[in-house]
Amino acid sequence: MIHNDVTNLYSSAAMTEETLKKLKILTESAKYDVSCSSSGTVRSNTRGGLGNTVGGIGICHSFADDGRCISLLKTMLTNSCMYDCAYCINRRSNDIPRATFSVRELVELTIEFYRRNYIEGLFLSSGVVRNPDYTMERLVAVVKDLRTIHRFNGYIHLKSIPGASRELVNEAGKYADRMSVNIEIPNECSLKLLAPEKDFKSVYEPMAYIQQQTLASKEERKLFRHAPRFVPAGQSTQMIVGATPDHDRDILRLSSALYARPTMRRVYYSGYIHVNTYDTRLPMLKQPPLVRENRLYQADWLLRFYQFKVDEIVDDANPDLDLEIDPKLAWALRHPEVFPVDINKAPYELILRVPGIGVKSATLIVNSRRFNRINSSHLKKMGVVMKKAKYFITCGELMSPTVNELRPENVRRLLTPSTSKRRDDHQLQLPLFHD
Amino acid sequence: MLTVVFDAYARRSFPQAIQGTDEPLPLFYDEVHPVITDEAKAGRVWKALEKKLSKDALSCLTVSYLSELPELDLHLFRYICKNIDSPVSLENNLADDDILFVTNTFRKVLYERLRMMQFIRFQKAADGTYFGIMEPQYNVLPLAIAHFKDRFADQPFVLYDKRRHYGYYYDQHEVTQVTFDESLPHFVTGKLDESLMADDEKLFQELWRTYFKAVCIRDRLNPRKQRKDMPVRYWKYLTEKNK
Repeated sequence: MIHNDVTNLYSSAAMTEETLKKLKILTESAKYDVSCSSSGTVRSNTRGGLGNTVGGIGICHSFADDGRCISLLKTMLTNSCMYDCAYCINRRSNDIPRATFSVRELVELTIEFYRRNYIEGLFLSSGVVRNPDYTMERLVAVVKDLRTIHRFNGYIHLKSIPGASRELVNEAGKYADRMSVNIEIPNECSLKLLAPEKDFKSVYEPMAYIQQQTLASKEERKLFRHAPRFVPAGQSTQMIVGATPDHDRDILRLSSALYARPTMRRVYYSGYIHVNTYDTRLPMLKQPPLVRENRLYQADWLLRFYQFKVDEIVDDANPDLDLEIDPKLAWALRHPEVFPVDINKAPYELILRVPGIGVKSATLIVNSRRFNRINSSHLKKMGVVMKKAKYFITCGELMSPTVNELRPENVRRLLTPSTSKRRDDHQLQLPLFHD
Repeated sequence: MLTVVFDAYARRSFPQAIQGTDEPLPLFYDEVHPVITDEAKAGRVWKALEKKLSKDALSCLTVSYLSELPELDLHLFRYICKNIDSPVSLENNLADDDILFVTNTFRKVLYERLRMMQFIRFQKAADGTYFGIMEPQYNVLPLAIAHFKDRFADQPFVLYDKRRHYGYYYDQHEVTQVTFDESLPHFVTGKLDESLMADDEKLFQELWRTYFKAVCIRDRLNPRKQRKDMPVRYWKYLTEKNK
């Protein structure tokens, strides 16, 4: 009985109605960070420990009403912040409720949510209080507690606080699976205007340092199998789309340069949501630029999985992505000379370029055609979107006119959804900066 | 199934349909050949397959079988026969209907396994056991149990498939198969009664619901995508979708 009382005391001491309020406040402050992936590390449980990570595509445990996946407990240590970035809901001059979790509360929330299979792990960020080192120290305390005292083997994504000391980043990297530093604004001038206390150096320096440490740890593990891992799932970052007049070209060039770095796994794009309506440095958007965000993700996929170069997707003649059609179709219509592609002969790389054929169906085609000739009914069953693909391929009996016979502009008209249904996404083109 | 293949080759007659013993016979038929599972015969067929097919293709056969789809049987039978007759493995020939069907079923079953890993919700009972219940489309519990056993190695739990009336109980050492009396209220509703819950269970459920609501950005509401990624058929047992 005494034992029982003690546990009651413990649970009521750590978790109360107050925690509920804090969780609400801090989650609402953290939700504009897009990243939620729990992929990149494969780690089995240890003896007497809790949790594992599955690698691969990760596990999404739920989907919120906005359709975004909930994989990690995404929250903040505190939403008080000494900075005053124009695009951020937690900026110093905003009058919003502020709260701070204790280390113990956060640890217990994570463990108990995890045990109920609500989450894959923790995504922790924080506003900057007092100074970067002070904040980073507390973040590290949470993840260290989880890993060493509670032997938690689930996923941990930690935001690195810009300006924190190298020792602290080193310490954090030992416990975290992924660390991220957000670029937010793809252009340094705009960044300085919107976030006067920040510059590109404060973003790239920690990024480069984390990369250096990760690579060093990989080398070491080649020599000593049990050498500690450092941020095994690599880094990610995020850019806000539509808060500044930057073109998609600038955004994608930056992403492409980032992906060339060996530890950069994901660049996220976050359609700007007008959280600070009073700030005149920012554009007035009726709704977040969701279509543009979607097109950027499509372009990002082309960069990562479809062997596209960034200059093929956007260039100086076409600095912005087409909002009506996807970037792969747009490329195909600009380059009708490449088509039609013969499904039974063309190399994998070329089949991958056909609109309506994805990585999965391209692999199926290349595998299957060794056995028999592929015709259009096979393609349909393999999951090819024939509505699009038929203008760009030849395969035996398929009697569809190709893009060259029809002219690209007519194919474009055939494949564009009727205008009445489309959302008005053109507020973006308004002049935003007057000086 | 493997015995069916063996018998077909032994008798040199190949079936038009494969049925369970409890299913009614079709309206017209020439001959019925009852097949009784025989370890030795099945083993020989499996050995022949092991020589020809890759590991992935072999697991494709066993996993797709867990779909329990009635139309799978004949496709699976022809998948095996075609590979036995062919000098090389045909597992990558997706232009073949049978191979495509079995491979697609395999994918669907694996996807359902992922869904189980995603959407199982545990409730902590007063005795410390975590209770999770679901109605998966396919019989994926045997495929998913290793994941849960590894992940929650230090907590006793029950995983129950209500559609197939069985589950697994893990006692921190090993997993045993169990069946329960399903007239108990928490098997009907999927919710533990408050008297059976651990002291802090209600609070954590409340915390999770609060989190679920708070993390949504109201400017971006997109119920269509939510339903696509988390179909409504799973909502019955989701803590965040039930009060």
